[in-house]
Amino acid sequence: MRALNRSFTRLLNLTTRRRGDERLREEMESHIATQTEENIRAGMTPEEARRHARLRFGAVEAIREDYHAEEGLPFVENLLLDVRYALRVLRKSPAFTVVALLTLMLGIGANVVVFGVLNAVLLQPLDVSDPQSLYQIRHKQWMIGRLLTTSYPAFEDFRQRNTTFSGMAGIYGYSHAALSWRNAVRNVHGDAVTGNYFDLLGVQPEVGRFFHAADEHGPDSAPYVVLSDALWRNMFDADWGVVGTTVELDKRPFTVVGVAPARFHGAERFVWPDYWMPMVMEGSDILHNRKSVAVTGIGRLKPGVTARQATENLNAISAELAKEYPETDDGQALRLIHPGLFGDDGDVIRGFLWSVTALALLVLAAACANLATLFAARAADRNRELALRVALGSSRWRLVRQLLTEAVLVSLMGGAAGLVGARLLLGVLNRSQPFVGALTVSVDARVYLAGLALTLGSTLLFGMLPAWQTWQSSPLQMMKNGPADRMHLRRFALRDLLLGAQIAICTLLVTASLVAVRGMVRALHTPLGFQPQGAMLADIDLSQAEQTGDTALEKRKQIIEAARGVPGVTAAGTVSRTPFTGGMHGIPIFRPGTTEFKLKNSVLAPYVFTISPGYLEAAGTRLLGGRDVSWHDTTKTPYVAIVNETFARKMWGETPAIGQHFIVSGNLTEVVGVTEDGKYHDMQESPQPVVYVPLSQSEQSETVFVVRSRRAPNEMAAALARTLRGIAPNVPITVESWPDSLRDELFPARAATVALGVMGLLAAMLAVTGIFGMAAYSVSRRMKELGIRVALGARRTQVMSAAVGRPIVLLGVGSVVGLLSGIFASRLLGQIVYQANPSDPAVVGGAVLTMALLGIAGSAIPARRALTVDPSKLMREE
Amino acid sequence: MKQKMDVQQGTLALMVLKTLDVLGPLHGYGIARRIEQISGDLLAVNQGTLYPVLLRLEQEGAIASEWGPSENNRRARFYRLTRAGHKLLEAEKRDWEQTAAIIARFFAVKAQDLA
Repeated sequence: MRALNRSFTRLLNLTTRRRGDERLREEMESHIATQTEENIRAGMTPEEARRHARLRFGAVEAIREDYHAEEGLPFVENLLLDVRYALRVLRKSPAFTVVALLTLMLGIGANVVVFGVLNAVLLQPLDVSDPQSLYQIRHKQWMIGRLLTTSYPAFEDFRQRNTTFSGMAGIYGYSHAALSWRNAVRNVHGDAVTGNYFDLLGVQPEVGRFFHAADEHGPDSAPYVVLSDALWRNMFDADWGVVGTTVELDKRPFTVVGVAPARFHGAERFVWPDYWMPMVMEGSDILHNRKSVAVTGIGRLKPGVTARQATENLNAISAELAKEYPETDDGQALRLIHPGLFGDDGDVIRGFLWSVTALALLVLAAACANLATLFAARAADRNRELALRVALGSSRWRLVRQLLTEAVLVSLMGGAAGLVGARLLLGVLNRSQPFVGALTVSVDARVYLAGLALTLGSTLLFGMLPAWQTWQSSPLQMMKNGPADRMHLRRFALRDLLLGAQIAICTLLVTASLVAVRGMVRALHTPLGFQPQGAMLADIDLSQAEQTGDTALEKRKQIIEAARGVPGVTAAGTVSRTPFTGGMHGIPIFRPGTTEFKLKNSVLAPYVFTISPGYLEAAGTRLLGGRDVSWHDTTKTPYVAIVNETFARKMWGETPAIGQHFIVSGNLTEVVGVTEDGKYHDMQESPQPVVYVPLSQSEQSETVFVVRSRRAPNEMAAALARTLRGIAPNVPITVESWPDSLRDELFPARAATVALGVMGLLAAMLAVTGIFGMAAYSVSRRMKELGIRVALGARRTQVMSAAVGRPIVLLGVGSVVGLLSGIFASRLLGQIVYQANPSDPAVVGGAVLTMALLGIAGSAIPARRALTVDPSKLMREE
Repeated sequence: MKQKMDVQQGTLALMVLKTLDVLGPLHGYGIARRIEQISGDLLAVNQGTLYPVLLRLEQEGAIASEWGPSENNRRARFYRLTRAGHKLLEAEKRDWEQTAAIIARFFAVKAQDLA
């Protein structure tokens, strides 16, 4: 308490600059005067008395210093002095300061942005209770982009038979409906979940209540809906009274029972469902059909049970099910992962983010190397000043502290600027939502802390070098400004090493960004098996019209005809689901003559698309042989199908596929056409077998209209929407150009290109400033020598090589090291970029060219200065 | 070296407190004289070192000070013990006595006592 009191007083004195100097002086005078008087009384002469009194009092100055030390906080005072001095020094060389600040700002800013995203995506726990014990059930096979794992009946079996989970909930994430309330209608997307979902995740409603397992009593028994906070605010104006009222989802009445908390959005980070409704409301097909793979299973392990035990338990159940239901359950092995990042996409996302983090740290390392060189060069230039201070009695520690103060000051300012910049950039990114799904990157305490750590870490990296040099040097040598041979050489070598390392890092980053650009270009040119360019997608919700059988087919036929009638349209058709829209899974097919339709008897599990005549033309999928499906293929005529090349090859090898038969969905089907291969689920997939069956022979009800035209997309969209509304009034219609709807699919490649492009650019800037700094410094230090050389008749090439030879050699060596490390780091790059290949000649050539250009850009000005050196002028100067 | 100085400063502080306790408000010179009289040579050389100690004690709240006329009509700063100073003195005194007793016992020990 006493100590606290005292520190407070001292701090107060420090800040108010209150000084007891006057008081001390007066007290001292009074003291000495009294003593003198006493001495005189004791018989001394006044002279002697005063002298004696002073002697007894002691060294006045020392006491005063002690007094001040007691009074204020000497450490802080010295620090303030250092800071004030450092600020003055920095202000005196504004160019240096600005370059240093910019370098740091960019380096730290880039890292903070990357860390912010990393933090939001990977480090923040899911907003559910105890996320660690929450697992998602997946097939053992690694599958990107696929979330759905089992059918609802199989899920129920897993849930009831397992002994390792305290609870298990099923999610169907593709639920969507037209939500009508009062007079407003809105298309919404949500999750259909089992009743125990909210209890399993351990969340509490913001308003009203959630539904529970006890609410479910078979199909259509629980017409309840829970709104997301966003939907509640946007559509219901955050009206508390909405709880308990009835809304319509696809014309079916649902009671709003509650609103979820604002931060809760289920177990997926990037998905923000608009609503949650009980799975029992999703229709009896999903609830009873073991073929309908519609459920993602999540579960919470019992305390003390390991993920491994649980996996074994699930696999045993899976094997049992395969025996009990051989026609539908394939007994695939399962595994458990933590949910949140689209299942196995998480591995890709994690790899990408950590790799980008590593590259961002490399940028910062290069920036620090750059700054270290700059600071060391400056310290060397200030040798005389420093030597003078040592000679005047300043301690070495004091000098080092001074230099470190400068470094800390620069990095704190740079770091602060970087943080502010990063914050602004993240704000812009959040508003423009470039991320797939919805992700808000908040700048929280952890991000600030990371920024601070990076700042201080970089200070250590670049501030220690000049400090260490000063610590090592002797004032005598510095004063003489002599060569100090051994020392000097070593110092120079260290600086060379720094520049070399910097260039190596920059080459690596430039290589990485070139690889990313190449990858992007490749991804853009991957044959998709369809031509999104020039095609429109129209989504017409016909389910509300309650049409079945012929009338539904007729309606579609009408719509296709009408679309074909729109001027400029060249082809139109429907497909059950366009490629890259997820939720696809293979359907087992059998050879002709198979009688037992058990899964183990099936030959292939191709994707099956249901198409109308004209779809292939509208999609731009080439028909390699045979014919398109036709309206004349009906349930009364033989079943036909078109297959792709992979299917044909896998089934019949070299034998022509047309005319062959196979069984799909229990129908003996004849192949009437063969199309080119394509990509169906994602860009990375291997060639997949595909079957197209005619709409007129299938019960499939989902359709998307694909319309190809020669007109501009926006013009076409409007014309198409108008025509379609004419035929199908009062039905929600969305028209979108196909490339727009595919945007998300290219997101990874685009994100990688942008991220690596920015890093490459930063690295290139650092390389230029690094080479420039080094060359300029060596030219300015050797001006005199160069002048003598010119005076003695050196040729221009000789002067050039003396002036900028060293940086150029370093550039060469550094670039080679960087290129080699780029090739060795191809695994790292492979995490980031699709089809990464750093040894691609175009990439290597591009990197070499870039580095050469950077070298020229960086050393041009110093080289010119060296060439234009005027010996007579220079010699006169000193 | 540093440690020894701290010990000296500590004892000096204690002496100041005790002096003020016994004699009531006093100015710096008076305190110095008293301590000199009692302790002999401890402060003979550097009376001035008293002032940083006084400042410290005042900052800690053990003593308070104000200007006043001295006996020879000079302006002098008078220091007096505060309530907190009293408590501090009592505590320090107990500590010292304890320490002194322990040290004394150690010095009294002879080899045969430990055998």
